[in-house]
Amino acid sequence: MSDIAIDVKNLSKLYQLGEIQYYRTLRESISNFFKRSFKKNKNNGNYIWALKDVSFEIKKGEVVGIIGSNGAGKTTLLKILSRITPPTTGYAWVKGRVGILLAVGTGFHPELTGRENIYLSGAILGMKKKEIQKKFDEIVAFAEVEKFIDTPVKHYSSGMYVRLAFAVAAHLEPDILLVDEVLAVGDINFQKKSLGKMDAGAKSGRTVLFVSHNMAAVNHLCQKTLWLDKGKIRMFGPTETIIGAYLLEGVEIIGERQWKNLAESPGNDKVRLKAVRILNNEGKLSASLDMRFPFFIEIEYQLLCPVSDLQVGFSILTSEGKVIFSTGDRADLEWQGKARAPGIYKSVCEIPAHILNAGKYIISVGGDIRFEQVFVFDDRCLCFYIEQTEHLPYSLGRPAGVICPPHKWHIYKIS
Amino acid sequence: MKNNNESANIKPLKGWLGINFKELWEYRELLYFLLWREIKVRYKQTVLGILWAIIQPFFLMVLFSFFFGRFIKMPSAGIPYSLFSYAGLLPWMLFSDGISRSTNSLISNENLIKKVYFPRLILPLSGVLSPLVDFAFSFLVFLGLMIYFRFFPSFKILWLLVFLPISLVTALAVGLWLSALNVRYRDVRYAVPFLIQCWFFISPVVYTSTTLPKNWQFICSLNPMVAVIEGFRWALLGTSHPSFFTAVSLVMVLVIFVGGLFYFRRMEKIFADEI
Repeated sequence: MSDIAIDVKNLSKLYQLGEIQYYRTLRESISNFFKRSFKKNKNNGNYIWALKDVSFEIKKGEVVGIIGSNGAGKTTLLKILSRITPPTTGYAWVKGRVGILLAVGTGFHPELTGRENIYLSGAILGMKKKEIQKKFDEIVAFAEVEKFIDTPVKHYSSGMYVRLAFAVAAHLEPDILLVDEVLAVGDINFQKKSLGKMDAGAKSGRTVLFVSHNMAAVNHLCQKTLWLDKGKIRMFGPTETIIGAYLLEGVEIIGERQWKNLAESPGNDKVRLKAVRILNNEGKLSASLDMRFPFFIEIEYQLLCPVSDLQVGFSILTSEGKVIFSTGDRADLEWQGKARAPGIYKSVCEIPAHILNAGKYIISVGGDIRFEQVFVFDDRCLCFYIEQTEHLPYSLGRPAGVICPPHKWHIYKIS
Repeated sequence: MKNNNESANIKPLKGWLGINFKELWEYRELLYFLLWREIKVRYKQTVLGILWAIIQPFFLMVLFSFFFGRFIKMPSAGIPYSLFSYAGLLPWMLFSDGISRSTNSLISNENLIKKVYFPRLILPLSGVLSPLVDFAFSFLVFLGLMIYFRFFPSFKILWLLVFLPISLVTALAVGLWLSALNVRYRDVRYAVPFLIQCWFFISPVVYTSTTLPKNWQFICSLNPMVAVIEGFRWALLGTSHPSFFTAVSLVMVLVIFVGGLFYFRRMEKIFADEI
């Protein structure tokens, strides 16, 4: 079976809680040793299976998405396949040179110039010096940093920094590429370019494993998707089916989602989500909306530090995971381009009546900081129904399609 | 298929593992780049830059010459004390810089270890090799001192080609143990400067081991640095030539080195999870 690129059998990884984050001191280790010899029960529930009995096969040239909520074991799987960490039990067989992108800027050093960092980071990601030399100009052009290539990267803007870092990674050409959420850098234009680059790689016959919360990207890039849930495979199959099932599971249909504890709410070190609500035209929380009236999507968030040119927004997806449209609050001209001071904010979007067809929809919430970062807060935040409330003369029941815009017909008798 | 040799069989790693020299060779470019980064960054923001490589051993030598040479009148085998102590400082600095850099090499490259795969052995190795640059510069100063004291080396100086690699292996041997221990026990980081200080006094940098009582010489030669320093001094200045004690010391180098390699390999699997 020579066309198999990755073969995984009963792969499991056990982590000792605490071990992941805290290093031990000699003193603790000695005291543990004595404790252990007195107490026989070694396992006091401090262990967690990051992966448990995971088995699958991926053929050469397949582009496979990996989705799942945080802590589902997605990154652990990539780390095992790239040999960063060994599995606890089971085995995996990987055929070909493996490249892994867990973060952009791996190996970058602020004191070194752009040119020097390209070589350094390239070598760390597994490129040969000759390969880097060959692609050097291409990398610089892709990152759009020609003028600053001999400037230490500590003087770069954060946008330039991530563009250069990603450009190096994007030019990696291994047989198998493992990617973890690194597309979430740069502004939207740069993201599009990066996605294009990934797409080209996928079409050239490379095997790709792509971890992402961005359903649109997964949908676009991957034919097959693996859904991990608490370390186990939940489903593995055609992307559309899997994303559909994933999105529908666990989404609240009560019209509101709140995060009481700021530390656990989705977000990053600058922005944290507090609540997302769907309000009907009367201003009441509702997940069941009348297609004849406008409705509101409200995103409440807290800024932990001053952020300039922030945008929060959302995408509305069909239950199969296809994005219908995406928007963000940069459309509010009054705030456009302005810095927002720390505090709690609410961005509200009014969605006009007669846009969406009857059916079930999912809201995915995200945002971006211009030229710097794009993030997905929650890829399946809320779910709502548009109710068929209007009699449409042209259709007996629900017309096909995702939108149902107002439109006109005229019939003319020509002869 | 052309990629057959690049296939990887991933399975749980248990117990003691051998060293994959072939893989290490494949990653030689990465070693080169890490070394280059280390050297470049080290002197990039300093005013005196590479001069630091000279200042340190030079001033130590001046101090030693005054205190041990002039005031205490430490025997130095008929060689000017400045030359004598500097010839000891050369391998000593290479060794002590090597172990302190390699000890910290893993934890200071935490983000690399967590984000990409490569043979981890490369990190302590680059920690041991990077002081070679400083060594080269301080060696130039030594040549200057030789001219100043009109001391002309014999052909024995070619033995440096043997003793220099031995001193690197010695530093790597200790560095392997300490860097791997440092991942699990951060105490090591604090213990190393102290360890180096103590080690300095039990190594024949400011004295020769031949001045020690005969029955103490065997115990002292269990220190792997005895062979390195005495070897260096013999090659450069023609003092007491290698003896039975040198051999004892070299056996110790080998024991610590092989042990270190296996210990490092055994601990390697937990680096990404525990660092």
